[in-house]
Amino acid sequence: MTRLTPSTKSIALHVGVVVLLLALNFLLPEYHRGVFARVLVLAVFAMGYNLAFGYTGLLSLGHAMFFAAGLYGAGLTIYHLEWSVWPAFGAGLAAGVVVALVVGFLALRTTGVAFMIVTLMFAQVFYLMTLYFTTYTRGEEGLVLPQEMRVLGFPGGVLDLSDPSTRYLVALSLFAIVLAAILFLVRAPYGRSLIAIRENEERMRMLGYDVFVNKLMAVVLSGLFCAASGAAYAVLFGYVGSGFAAIQYSILPLLWVLVGGAATTLGPLIGTLFMFYVIDTASSYTTAHLMVVGLVLIGVILFFPKGIIGTVRERWLPWLP
Amino acid sequence: MSENRKSLINLNSGLTRRSALKGLGAAAGLVAAPGFVRYGQAQSSEPIKIGFQCHRTGIGAAYGRWYERVTTAAAKRINDAGGINGRPLEIIIEDDGTDPKRGAEVVEKFANQHKVDLVYGTLFSHVVVGSAPAAGELKIPYYVVSEGYHVASGKMNRYCVQPGITDVKAQARSMAPWIAGNLGKKVTLVYPDYAFGHDHRDFFTPAIEAQGGQVVAKVPIPPTETSFTRYFPQIPRDTDVIYHVMVGPAVLTFVKEMGEFFGSGGPQLFGFIDSLEAVDIASPGLEFLEGSHFWEGMPRYAQSDQPDYVTAYREAVGIDENGASVNDAKDVSTAAHMFGCWETLNIIKASMEACDYKGPDDRAAMIEATEAMTEMEAGPDHPQGKKLFNGKIHQVFGEQSISQVKDGKLEVVHRTSIEDGAYEPEADYTAMSF
Repeated sequence: MTRLTPSTKSIALHVGVVVLLLALNFLLPEYHRGVFARVLVLAVFAMGYNLAFGYTGLLSLGHAMFFAAGLYGAGLTIYHLEWSVWPAFGAGLAAGVVVALVVGFLALRTTGVAFMIVTLMFAQVFYLMTLYFTTYTRGEEGLVLPQEMRVLGFPGGVLDLSDPSTRYLVALSLFAIVLAAILFLVRAPYGRSLIAIRENEERMRMLGYDVFVNKLMAVVLSGLFCAASGAAYAVLFGYVGSGFAAIQYSILPLLWVLVGGAATTLGPLIGTLFMFYVIDTASSYTTAHLMVVGLVLIGVILFFPKGIIGTVRERWLPWLP
Repeated sequence: MSENRKSLINLNSGLTRRSALKGLGAAAGLVAAPGFVRYGQAQSSEPIKIGFQCHRTGIGAAYGRWYERVTTAAAKRINDAGGINGRPLEIIIEDDGTDPKRGAEVVEKFANQHKVDLVYGTLFSHVVVGSAPAAGELKIPYYVVSEGYHVASGKMNRYCVQPGITDVKAQARSMAPWIAGNLGKKVTLVYPDYAFGHDHRDFFTPAIEAQGGQVVAKVPIPPTETSFTRYFPQIPRDTDVIYHVMVGPAVLTFVKEMGEFFGSGGPQLFGFIDSLEAVDIASPGLEFLEGSHFWEGMPRYAQSDQPDYVTAYREAVGIDENGASVNDAKDVSTAAHMFGCWETLNIIKASMEACDYKGPDDRAAMIEATEAMTEMEAGPDHPQGKKLFNGKIHQVFGEQSISQVKDGKLEVVHRTSIEDGAYEPEADYTAMSF
C-alpha cells in the first residue's frame, strides 16, 4: 500500500469536510441546520480574517468594515435600487475590495500596534458613516430586505434563498469555494511568501520581495472574502444593520480564528461553530453566559494554546495546512 | 516528532475509566441540553407555548428585566383565570443579548426547537427588524412590544404585529398640540443622530407645524458624544421649548450640562421618558429637571386618581408608588413601556380564543383574528388606557400621558386623545399573503 502524501491527505480531508457538511443538510434537525447555515457564512468571514491575521501576521481590529461593506453593498442595492441578487452580490464584493484597497494602502504604512489602531479607527469611521447616512441605511435599526427579492436567478429558474435547504446549500457552496481558494492560496508560492513575511519581514525584503504589495494583496483578498460573507449574510438572512459594522464584529472573527487555530484552513470553521454552541447552550441556562464563555476560553487556551486545529496540527497531524 | 509520539502515548494511557465516564457524562449532558432536546407537537391538552425574546443582557437589560417580570405576572393572571381555551400558558425565555443577529437566531430556536406557538416581547427596534425576516420565513406570529414605527411602516411582514404599545410616530405627533398650546410654539429639537432620533425629528416636525408652531433648530448629537455643552450655543435665543430625546448612559451628563448652561431662566424642557426609564428621577444632577415635562406611555408614579385596575396591575407586577420594585426601592421600573407586555399577552389570549386556536396550523387564523380587532376598552386587560387597533398596519393607537416633574416625582398633567396621535396608514398587511 502506498503512503498518502501530505498533499493528498490534505485535499482528501477538505473534500471530506465539504461532503460531511453536505450530508448534514439532510441529517441535522431543523434548528441546527439553520445554525450551520449561519455558521458557514460567518466562517467565511473568519477565513477571510485568518488570511490577514493568521497567515500574514496582520492583526487587524477593523475587519467589521469589510464584512459590512459586503453587507451594505448587497443590501442597499437590493433595497433601494431593486437589483437582483447576482449583481447585488457583485456590488457587495466590489465594495469590499475597494474599501480593503484604500484602507490597506493607508494602514499598511504602519505595523504592529499602530496597524491595529489605524484599522480600528477606519472601521469606526465606517461604522459611524452607516449611522450618519441613516436616511438610506436606517442606521442601527437597519433594513429588512423583502423576501420576494431574495431569489437567485438561473437560466433554468430561480432559487428561493429564504428556503432553509436552499440557504444551507448556498452557504455551503460559498464556504466550499472560499475554502478551496484559501487552500490553494496557502499552498501556492504566494501563500508561502505571506507566511515568510509573517515570520521575518526584513529577510523577505532583503530577498527582493515587495513586502508592501504582497501584504496589500493579502488585505484585499481578505477584504474580498469578508465582503463575500457580508453580502451572503444580507441576501440569505434578509437583514442589514449598523450593528454588523460595530467593533464587536471586528473582534469576533479574531476570537473565532484564535479558538479554531490561526493559520489553519479549517480552524475558522471550528472556532465559529464552537463559539456559537458555547453561547447558545450557556445562554439557555444562565444570564451569566458570558462568564461561561470566558471560562471555556480560558480552558481552550490552557489545553489548546494554538487553537483547536492549531494544537491538533502541532501534536498529531503535522501535515494539516 | 518524538514529542508528538509522546503526547499520543500519554493521551492513550490517560484514557482511564474515570475519564471515559466523564466523557460519557458530558455527552449525556449535551444531549439533555435544551439545544438538543426534540420537542413533540403540542397536543390540545398541552400548554400553549410562547417564546419570549428577552433582552436579558446587552444594552436593553434594564428593560428586559422588567419586561420579564410583567410577562410573568400577566401569564400568572391568565393561568389563574383558566388559561387560553382551557390550556395553560407557558412562557419560554431566550436571551437575545439585545442583538439583531442573535434575535433572528432566537426566533429560529423558538420555532424549530422549542416548537412554540408564537414569539413575543421584543423591545429594541434593531432586534425587531433583525428578527422579522426569520419570523416571516418560519411563518410564526411575532408580537412585538417595541414602540418603533417599523411595524406600521409596512416594511415587516404579515406575521409581525404590535398590538400592545403605540409607535413613535403616534407618540411624537400626539405631543404637538399640548406643547404648542402650553409650552410654546418655537421648538428646538435635540436628538441622537441615528434612527431613533431621526424618527422623532421627522414625525414631530410636521406635527408641530400643523399646530402653527415651528422647529427653529435641529441639533443632532453624534452617538459617540459624551459631553454636550458645545452643542447648546446652537439653540436659538428665541426658543420656547427644547424637545430632547437623548438616550443611553450619557443622558445624565446631558441633563446636567443643559441645566448648568441655562440655569433657571432657560427655555421650557420637554423630553421622552425613554431617556430616564429605570433611572431614579431623584438622582444627583437631575434636579435641573424640576418643573420640566415628559411623555410617559404609562405613569411611573402612582397617581391620586388612578382607577382600581391600575392599582391592581401595579400590585401584580410588583411596583411601589414611586414605580420602583416593591423588593428594592432602587430598582426603578420601565413603567412607561412595560405595560405593553401585559396588554399584548391579553391580546394574544383574545386572538387565540377568537379563532379557537388549536396549534401551529392556526397561526394564520390567529393573525387574522388580531387584525380584526378594533376598539379595546381600558380595564384590567388594558390598564394603560383605551386603544384602537388598525389591522391594516398591525399597529395599535392609544392615549398618552404628559407628566411634570414636581418635587422630584412625575405627576400626570394631561392625557392626549387617540386622535392626537392618529395618522394615515401607509401600508396594508392584510393584502399580503401568509
